Amino acid sequence: MVLQTRWFFLWGLLWALYFMTDGFDLGIGALYPVLGKTEEDKNIMINAMGPLWDGNEVWLLTAGGVTFAAFPLVYAVMFSSLYTALMLILFALIIRGVSFEFRNKVDHPGWKKVWDTCIFIGSIAPAILFGVAFANIFQGIPIDGEGLYQGNLFTLLNPYGLLGGVLFLLLFVQHGANWIIIRSEGDLHDRAVKMSKNIWPFLLVVAVIFLVASWFATPLYQNYLTSPILFVVILITVVALLGVRFYLEKENWFSTWFSSALTIVGATFFGVIGLFPNLFPSSINPEFSLSAYNASSSPLTLKIMLVVVILFVPLVLAYQIWTYNLFKGKVKPEDMMY
Amino acid sequence: MDLVTLSRLQFASTIMFHFLFVPLTLGLSIIIAYMETRYVQTGDETYLNMTKFWAKLFLVNFAVGVVTGITQEFQFGTNWSRYSAYVGDVFGSLLAIEATATFFLESTFIGVWIFGWKKLSKKAHAGVMWLVAIGSNLSAVWILIANAWMQSPVGFTIRNGRAEMVDFGAVVSQPFAIYKIFHTISSALVLASFFIMGISAYHLLKNNHKEFFTKSFKTGLGFGLIFSLMVFILGDMNGVMVAEKQPAKLAAMESLWETTDMAPSYLFTWPDPENERNAVEIGAIPGLLSFLVKHDFNAVVQGLKDFPKDERPPVLVTSYAFRGMVGLGVIFILLTVFGWFKRNKLLENSLYLKIMMFAIPLPYLAIQLGWVVAEIGRQPWLVYGVVRTADGASPVAVSQVAFSLVGFVLIYSVLGAAGFYLMFQKAKKGPELASE
Repeated sequence: MVLQTRWFFLWGLLWALYFMTDGFDLGIGALYPVLGKTEEDKNIMINAMGPLWDGNEVWLLTAGGVTFAAFPLVYAVMFSSLYTALMLILFALIIRGVSFEFRNKVDHPGWKKVWDTCIFIGSIAPAILFGVAFANIFQGIPIDGEGLYQGNLFTLLNPYGLLGGVLFLLLFVQHGANWIIIRSEGDLHDRAVKMSKNIWPFLLVVAVIFLVASWFATPLYQNYLTSPILFVVILITVVALLGVRFYLEKENWFSTWFSSALTIVGATFFGVIGLFPNLFPSSINPEFSLSAYNASSSPLTLKIMLVVVILFVPLVLAYQIWTYNLFKGKVKPEDMMY
Repeated sequence: MDLVTLSRLQFASTIMFHFLFVPLTLGLSIIIAYMETRYVQTGDETYLNMTKFWAKLFLVNFAVGVVTGITQEFQFGTNWSRYSAYVGDVFGSLLAIEATATFFLESTFIGVWIFGWKKLSKKAHAGVMWLVAIGSNLSAVWILIANAWMQSPVGFTIRNGRAEMVDFGAVVSQPFAIYKIFHTISSALVLASFFIMGISAYHLLKNNHKEFFTKSFKTGLGFGLIFSLMVFILGDMNGVMVAEKQPAKLAAMESLWETTDMAPSYLFTWPDPENERNAVEIGAIPGLLSFLVKHDFNAVVQGLKDFPKDERPPVLVTSYAFRGMVGLGVIFILLTVFGWFKRNKLLENSLYLKIMMFAIPLPYLAIQLGWVVAEIGRQPWLVYGVVRTADGASPVAVSQVAFSLVGFVLIYSVLGAAGFYLMFQKAKKGPELASE
């Protein structure tokens, strides 16, 4: 029981780390046509995330891999139920990833335009779809006792699901603008600051609507009502969100970025804590829900994986922090490798 | 088409496409790290120029390899959910370890390497390339351990209606996995060295940058010679393991129907599975197969007839893919041995250089054929003797799989075309030498 509970929260942590890290570069991609006015702007934007996006994306593979290892039944049912949505995410991430490498390899406007479009679509689509998917998980997925999905892609596009999509997009775009602020100078920097300030009220409103809608559309608050101390998580998230605006005003750009990072982690944990112990709840019958207790791997596998995660996740975090630190300065022309 | 066939078609096409790029990443990362190390050690600018030129090609290839790898991580869940639920306890942990322990290394440090030329010391920068090479190859190690487990499942028991891990050590250390790992990584180095030699040959034939490409060719040749031999020796050891663990696959590889001692290898056969015999058999060498797989001419080798009809892999594809792979392996040895003797007179051997230029695709072909032997030869099993392929697919709608398959074919076609176009252009253009 203890092992499975630990794994549940590790699972949540890995998704939170994925959204926190890849979130800002997905956000930059979504802002790419808006902020990237000139060729130079565009190059600064893709080079600002250039050294980092690939390592960020591995958190997705780790979150997915750990779902497979620790909760194989969840991995099987979740990814086959959300089949089309996940395929669209994969297509998007695939075209986005190569675009950075391909874009500047041929000096032709048409060639660049193709990959610019891929960067935009490849970033905005996963941002929205992850939100849609997770909001649907929060409210329950129509799976039967056999784990068979009784719906289709459009079942997921319900109002609460779409609200989740908008929330994720705004979170990531805010986070992305904050990274561009750190790594750019002059006009692009000023426009990124303005953009971040303009997005913020929308994010605040959508976040509040999401918190209220979750009360009506999902069972997430049950755990919070049982242990009111948990409301601290929501409080921290809200404070972090307010912090984004506060530090923007103080022009403390690193704190602004850390605040949006914390907001994303908090938002993920808001849902994860509410879900506990379910990883993939059924909206048809609570008995069909896949939980940390009925869908986990054997104790031996959980123990082996716990050792792996305890050894390697801190190590990965350490060298990724080192990398971020190495590439936190303003992007200069000689730093542009794409 | 039915669900299982479509799902198999999608898995086969996406993994084969993915594995067009992976071997070059595995092999070239090591060779580039070696080149950069030589530069740090000797201060010879040619090695720096070599590092930069081959890295340009490497990075285009790397990008396509990485993004198509994401698909593989999720495809077990999307398309093979029954399989995933049944064996996730063992198989899932191997994929998760790959992502957590090794894939992070390669993906994080490749960014540091690309963008870190001015931010790191020469030594540190070369060290970072070694981290990329080690991360890439260790990633392959975990994936190959996972694949070896599907070929030769060990260290598990059937409990609670699924396969559960009982001996992690047995899973990660079984000889089947070890041979597979070294065979695959050696083949990747062969591919990378032929890639380097082929492109260098093109420029040497045109008298471009003679010093640069002679040095590149020789670097490739050294790796090529060693690993063409390695891949062959390890392939043989692999064959011994297959004979022990997957006798039906071995029989299909050799299109051997009857169980017999002094089992022969044939130069040519045309199998006739309907009538359980070979329609054509030419050039039997008695006892050779027994000797190759059991190291004893008199040893008994099981024929296909020993297995129920529904437990035999497709013989024609398996046997021809196997022969193609072995034949190419012999060619690689001949080409590199010949090159070794002529290594100081390369420019005088324009025919050899031409052959090497056109030989670039051959290791690609050999590697794909090798995987055809491994995966088609495992059929009808998904996990040998444990789960049938037909029982592993996800219960999704056929239309969903059709949609994703079409999507993959379209996207991968564009990706492959753009990726190979860029590599071709960059290869043709040659290096921009820092000293010029």
